[in-house]
Amino acid sequence: MSEHDKVALSVRGLRVVVAESGLPIVDGVDFDVHRDEVLGIVGESGSGKTTTALAVLGYASSGAAIDAGTIAVDGASVLDMTDRELRAFRGDRVSYVPQNAGRALNPSFRISTSFADVVRSPAGASKDKASSSLAAVDLPTGDEFLRRMPHQLSGGQQQRVTIAMALSGEPSVVVMDEPTTGLDVVTQASVIEEIRRLRTSRSIAIVYVSHDLAVVSQLADRIAVMYAGRIVEVGPAEQILARPRHPYTRGLVEATPDHTRPSRLVPMAGTVAQIGERPTGCSFAPRCEQSTTECTVEQPALVQQWGRAVACHHASETATVRPRVPIQVDERPCDAPVLEVHGLSASHRSRGETVVVASDINFELYKGECVALVGESGSGKTTISRSLVGLKIPDSGSIRFHGEPVPTRVRRRTPAQRQGIQYIFQDPFDALNPRRQVGDELSHTIRAFRRQSRRDASREVDALLDRVRLPKATASRYPRQLSGGERQRVAIARALASKPEVLICDEITSALDVSVQAAVLEMLTDLRNDLGLSMLLITHDLGVVSVVADRVLVLRNGIICETGAVQDVLAAPQHEYTRKLVAAAPSFVQLNETAYG
Amino acid sequence: MTGVAAVPSRVMLRKLTSRRLRRPKSWATAIAVVVLGSIIGLVIFGPMIAPYDPNTTLGSTYMQSSKEFLLGTDALGRDVTSRVLTGGQTVLMYAAVATVLAYIAGLALGMLAGFVRGSVDNVVMRIVDVLLAFPTLVFVLLLAAAFGRGMPSIVFATALIQATAVARIIRTATLEQSVRGFVEAAVARGERTHTVLIREILPNIAPTLAADVGLRFTWSVLLLASVNFLGLGLQPPTADWGLMISENRGGMDLNPLAVLAPAAILGALTVSINVISDAWADKGI
Amino acid sequence: MTVTSLEQAPPSGVITTRQKLRRSPLVRFVAGRVFAGVVTLFALSLLVFLACSVIPGDAASQVLGKHASGEALEHMRALMGLDRPVWERYGAWMTGFLHGDLGNTVGGYSSGTEISVWSQVKGPLNNSLVLGLVAFVPIVGVSLLFGTLSAVRSGKWVDQLISVLTLVPAALPEFVVGALLIALCASWLDVLPAVSLIPPGQNPLLTPELLVLPVLTLIAVTVGPASRMIRAGMVEALRSDWVLAARLNGVAERRVLTGYALRNALAPSIQVFALIAQYLIGGLIVVEYLYGYPGIGKELVEALAIRDSIEVQSVTMLLAIVVIATTVLADLLVMLVVPKLRTEAA
Repeated sequence: MSEHDKVALSVRGLRVVVAESGLPIVDGVDFDVHRDEVLGIVGESGSGKTTTALAVLGYASSGAAIDAGTIAVDGASVLDMTDRELRAFRGDRVSYVPQNAGRALNPSFRISTSFADVVRSPAGASKDKASSSLAAVDLPTGDEFLRRMPHQLSGGQQQRVTIAMALSGEPSVVVMDEPTTGLDVVTQASVIEEIRRLRTSRSIAIVYVSHDLAVVSQLADRIAVMYAGRIVEVGPAEQILARPRHPYTRGLVEATPDHTRPSRLVPMAGTVAQIGERPTGCSFAPRCEQSTTECTVEQPALVQQWGRAVACHHASETATVRPRVPIQVDERPCDAPVLEVHGLSASHRSRGETVVVASDINFELYKGECVALVGESGSGKTTISRSLVGLKIPDSGSIRFHGEPVPTRVRRRTPAQRQGIQYIFQDPFDALNPRRQVGDELSHTIRAFRRQSRRDASREVDALLDRVRLPKATASRYPRQLSGGERQRVAIARALASKPEVLICDEITSALDVSVQAAVLEMLTDLRNDLGLSMLLITHDLGVVSVVADRVLVLRNGIICETGAVQDVLAAPQHEYTRKLVAAAPSFVQLNETAYG
Repeated sequence: MTGVAAVPSRVMLRKLTSRRLRRPKSWATAIAVVVLGSIIGLVIFGPMIAPYDPNTTLGSTYMQSSKEFLLGTDALGRDVTSRVLTGGQTVLMYAAVATVLAYIAGLALGMLAGFVRGSVDNVVMRIVDVLLAFPTLVFVLLLAAAFGRGMPSIVFATALIQATAVARIIRTATLEQSVRGFVEAAVARGERTHTVLIREILPNIAPTLAADVGLRFTWSVLLLASVNFLGLGLQPPTADWGLMISENRGGMDLNPLAVLAPAAILGALTVSINVISDAWADKGI
Repeated sequence: MTVTSLEQAPPSGVITTRQKLRRSPLVRFVAGRVFAGVVTLFALSLLVFLACSVIPGDAASQVLGKHASGEALEHMRALMGLDRPVWERYGAWMTGFLHGDLGNTVGGYSSGTEISVWSQVKGPLNNSLVLGLVAFVPIVGVSLLFGTLSAVRSGKWVDQLISVLTLVPAALPEFVVGALLIALCASWLDVLPAVSLIPPGQNPLLTPELLVLPVLTLIAVTVGPASRMIRAGMVEALRSDWVLAARLNGVAERRVLTGYALRNALAPSIQVFALIAQYLIGGLIVVEYLYGYPGIGKELVEALAIRDSIEVQSVTMLLAIVVIATTVLADLLVMLVVPKLRTEAA
């Protein structure tokens, strides 16, 4: 298609640095995006993907500065524009869809007012423009809707409004910064569908930034993978995903869970280097299986080969993606359950009203098995899990641990109960006391449960750190010196300190990068097998469920609507809601079914 | 009522944490430290180096500065220099006592209210709101009217009103900490309230505390000096900076130093404390 | 495979078990705030009554002196209404207050007549209101200007300059600033009077030169903290996601500043000014005493000096009413300004 051949956006040699120190955030980035094409920029934290995307708009966040490079949109050079030209340019030739739509809309303005600010037509025409843009994203166009305030819209509606606003100026390029983060899975799927439609109907170039390879695979024609401020591989999506040539891309594909083909995840060794600590030569070399001395000396350049461009000295040696080995489901012995929940109901008071969050929840957890509690935010999954550990007092229902009733309040529980059921929190950055060294935290926990001398405790601390695959030196570090993944491991070690039988994991990997998530999940699976732990895994991510859990409970609005073995439920969901969830959850397989355009 | 009541502490915290330490400010801080040090030295050693007895009439009223009387004399012919040198002790001492008492009470109440929440929090906060509804000075004067005019009742009143302000700030900070993972983990372990408060919460609200101390002390000094200025605190013939400013107003044309000297030293004290506490807040957070 | 859209209404996501009240949220909010204010006033009145009429003890012996005969004391007590039980006295005071009768001054009883507090307080109250309002307007203007300027030019020399300029006077007590101003303008330069004595009953606005120094003192002391708080609110507003999104979509910078930043910094600013108004009431006391300005603050100090517990009681209550009224007004203004509070789905 001739439209498709037109290059709408061309980036060459982009370099963005930290303003004060000059350290590069993004260095030497080149890519093109054609009209009618979606380029997915994929990367984990520290990759520089958001910085790159914002640079396309001529913007560098405070503390950063665009140092070098050319960015051309329809031939016009963005980095040479004056402030005034830039302002006219934004919204007109290039526009932006923000990550969190709820926070990106002015809370004091009606939708119509926000639109009027973005649309550049004379007064009367702006309303028509707004209407037509809203219609394009499948939103109502009447006055009633336009007069609403942002807080009167749902999350999905807010996101569509920001997309509509971005389209209203009829730009050539739209930069989308992870626009579906924070939306529930089903809404996310419909928004992605919307974007796909817009790509072809409007002949625009879309730059879609995301950390989620599966989501990008559903949407992108071409993918650019970024690592440590550089593009390591870029090319047609299908080819890259089917046969990645850069070890990092391959690692990402192997670490991303896919609920349509569940298999053990393969984590990558090491962690991403921070800005300013990037090694000379290839940034990925310290973590790479096939690195040689050459890799530590010379930065590999992007070389066009195998139908894509890849920056690796040993790209030809990169092995194929390991075939997905279906997970073996062992027959678990069906003795008495370790944990039983009967008729659990909980609510909370909000603005003088009682809001029921969970209603009549029943389930059992057997030794050595992992049960997943799946639901969107507001489904009650967190409330239920917090009730189990005593952080929330339920309204009614009973909890039994080894057949013994468990009091709802922590103080009334026996030490055995408190030790036996442990909880791991979602946010790794809040899980540890910032003022205490890791070793102290673990030692204190150990001695809180068992009378032990400091020396014995400290030996146990070493053993615990070893179990979670952290070096002994971690004991003398403070949480702020650790990465998110490391902190989460320490949190797990702390939970293990009491020698529990049940681990409740509340979205413990949601805040982590994909590769880090893979490592943590794999470690948990090994721990479960080694120690015979039972796990209750709370998550919204079906991919994670498929890879880690044996059974699944699907929660919706506080009620369990379906339960069963993971494979059964995923393959043949019975309840309508489960079917929608399974259909909407992103996976790689769909790539085969998506034609170009 | 809660609208305004809730915002000031957050806004104050934000105000303290949003500025960066820049070079011009660091030499301002250095100067402030020197000034504060000198004033404290003056207050402690002043009475020993005062040339004359501060309460004896030695010359005629409102004499200008001379070799005999460095800063001249005041409304009753007493040596201004000696009075300035002895006039700081009471205010600083009382302000310190009031501040310490305020922190002990405010810290305990604030942490309990913020951590335990529920009805304890409600009750404490309602009381705090009511007490803080009054302008501070009016409240102190009111309590002074109730309990008699001596300094103890004024110090008690100051401590009380400061305690409520501290309680509110500490409560907010404690609330923020209470929902963090490691605090909930400690609760889930079954640890007692006081253990959690001291081990987990207190170290993490220390920055808030540190940022507040300097201002709180300054406020106490200002409050007490104002009460003295109004003649409702320390009584003549006591030498007190606030009182001196009030007493010698009439002679501004004759010997302005009788007013300006205590004013200057009082001002230098509060400004230097402010500058230092600003800098400390910037660094500590 | 297309996915059908599952858009729902604003996410409640949960099942409510109680019916929502059908009344308009606006009315409920206003009523709630006013009610809270009234409750606070009652609590304060108890506190004030306790402090003035209960704790200090017998006012009659204060009037008649220590050596008065028991009979004379009884007579005085009956006259002053002190022979009734405590709650009755409280009730009488409150009902009287609501009708404009603030009681009679102790000083009046000492001199053998009945002087109503209201007659003593009427004029000074008016004078203080004038002083307060005349000071309030420039404070609002200047701190908005300084605060916005420092926020927009955050970190640059303008910000630093304003910070330093406002820091020093803000750290000083009012009477120090006042004393310095008097020394400067009255004694040294002799351009303004050192004392602001206004004849009772006269409108203070007729002699503006007497207002200048007191107003300047109040402004000097308050502008510092006020600008800093405004600045903090503005900086927060400027850092918001919607400001960034607006800039990235090419909205003109001036529009971004006014519509996206300032507009959303209004609510915290209103609360800052309520705080300032509250503070001014306290500041008035010292400033009026310093300049001899015949306002309610000076009246209060004099009443305290002669231990006129009844006058102190009623004047304090008046001040409390002004403070609470300001707070409630501020809350209502905030509600007007923040759309989220006006509608149900907050």
